[in-house]
Amino acid sequence: MIAQNIAFAILALVATLAALRVVTTRNVVHAALYLVVVLASVGALYVLLAAEFVAAVQILIYIGAIVVLFLFGIMLTRATIGVESDLDNDQRWIAAITGLFLLGVLTFVLVESFGDDQLPGLAGVSREELTAQRGTGAVGDAIFSTYLVPFEVISVLLLAALVGAIVLARRD
Amino acid sequence: MTGDPLFADGFDWVVLAILVAKAVIGFTIVVVGVIFMIWFERKVVADMQNRIGPNRAGRWGLGQTLADGIKLIFKEDLKPDRADKPVFRLAPYLSVVPAFLTFTIVPIGGVFTGGNDGGVELFGRRTWMQVADPPVGVLFLLAMSSIAVYGIMLAGWSSGSKYPLLGSVRATAQMVSYEAALGLSVVAVVLLSGSLSTHDIVAAQAGSIFDWNVIATAAVPFVVFCVAATAELNRPPFDLVEAEQELVGGFHTEYSSIRFGMFYLAEFMNTITMSAIIVTLFLGGPAGPVLFGPPLIWGTLWFTLKLLVFLFIFVWLRATLPRYRYDQLMDLGWKRLIPLSLGWLLVIGAISIGRDAGWNRPLTLVGAFSLGVISWAALIGAMRVAKLRRGGDEFGELSTATERVG
Repeated sequence: MIAQNIAFAILALVATLAALRVVTTRNVVHAALYLVVVLASVGALYVLLAAEFVAAVQILIYIGAIVVLFLFGIMLTRATIGVESDLDNDQRWIAAITGLFLLGVLTFVLVESFGDDQLPGLAGVSREELTAQRGTGAVGDAIFSTYLVPFEVISVLLLAALVGAIVLARRD
Repeated sequence: MTGDPLFADGFDWVVLAILVAKAVIGFTIVVVGVIFMIWFERKVVADMQNRIGPNRAGRWGLGQTLADGIKLIFKEDLKPDRADKPVFRLAPYLSVVPAFLTFTIVPIGGVFTGGNDGGVELFGRRTWMQVADPPVGVLFLLAMSSIAVYGIMLAGWSSGSKYPLLGSVRATAQMVSYEAALGLSVVAVVLLSGSLSTHDIVAAQAGSIFDWNVIATAAVPFVVFCVAATAELNRPPFDLVEAEQELVGGFHTEYSSIRFGMFYLAEFMNTITMSAIIVTLFLGGPAGPVLFGPPLIWGTLWFTLKLLVFLFIFVWLRATLPRYRYDQLMDLGWKRLIPLSLGWLLVIGAISIGRDAGWNRPLTLVGAFSLGVISWAALIGAMRVAKLRRGGDEFGELSTATERVG
């Protein structure tokens, strides 16, 4: 367990520092790249939790698609190299309050629902059981049985967003 | 089947040593492969164009790549004044690392027939003949190919110059577009094999040639995958990223010395890796008949032969086909490959459900295919109507990226 704790500490530290740099750096592209570091650290945390599927999807979707699209948009519009002066605005206090509020809510939810519960140790568990419990198949089963309705709702929401984006982007 | 048996009895120094050895061997195979691939490409293209090609360094010019490498290392490393220095230095590594990491999940040999599970004995431990076998192997492949975009994109942006930027904007749009087709065509393979691990996918194809996914999925996902892979590799006819006639050198215009060499290395590494992935996913990897002697050697031999066929095809395409126009590229990706692979996936899904539920097999086939054809026709009809409403010019609308930037 000690190795996992050290790895967690390193990853958490990297994620936090990179997250701070996302909002303090003076270049939009650098901010997007620090965001990649944050997301990659979170992906590594999923590996640490033996959730390989979630980790792979985290890399695939967040790093491979979303931030790439951020960068693509930035490059098409304002690909400035070097320091930009107009990145700051006067909403930093509101942002700080929102951030603290979110932290509070998440902490409350975590403590309230899990309390002092501990993750079951992996020492005696065979690999077959582990795959059955946490593998890709288990995730798929959960999505298409227990969480079918939320899944469908999100699908329709994404479709609506897609259609909306096309409607907004078309000029005629 | 659950993962490499190397880790079944805990983790000790022998396991660590085997891991390191496998990583080193894998890296060596890829790098030596690149050295020969560059020579091979230049020689074959030269033959196809009635030239001689490299013939000075070593016998048949075999040492040409090494000579080029040494020359590149000793050249001056230029950095443009307006470049974003840290990102400029980082970009080549972001190209090379995913190229190698993808190769780690390719099984390069092993016996899968006759009750064998493809393992080999090494210092008294059993292990697969691949550097790593993550349970999410195929997703890992897709993740790496999506990370490979960063190297090209950041190289173009950080150069602080307009042609590289244009090249990287093209590259990003192209690679993101074709990733969808790539992923959808792999899903058909995953559906048949019932696993994401490359080892299990190879094991599922081990029987006869009819178990190979190229035949089991009726070739369509294979073709889509090959086209999408060529686009992901930015190889001709999809090399708009570095179209010499339009963009000087594309995203690596400002690069020189060994940093340019690393992009070059990554490009050929990716070609080899992608060919290996095609062989693994669709052509049974090391599957093939054992003629005489130990079966272990034949596995690797068949794998290498299949790999060489694809490497030759990639070179052949380069020597034969003219470059796609940008809007044609986007049309092919979004309007043809993605609907085709999606529709094919549904057909295969329907057929495998029918097989599990014991439906009448010919009836299922006919039903699934006619539904597929009907939805294909509906899609084509919808696109026709959209084009007519838009004013119906011959080329459709130009893609936004080239229109705005180019």
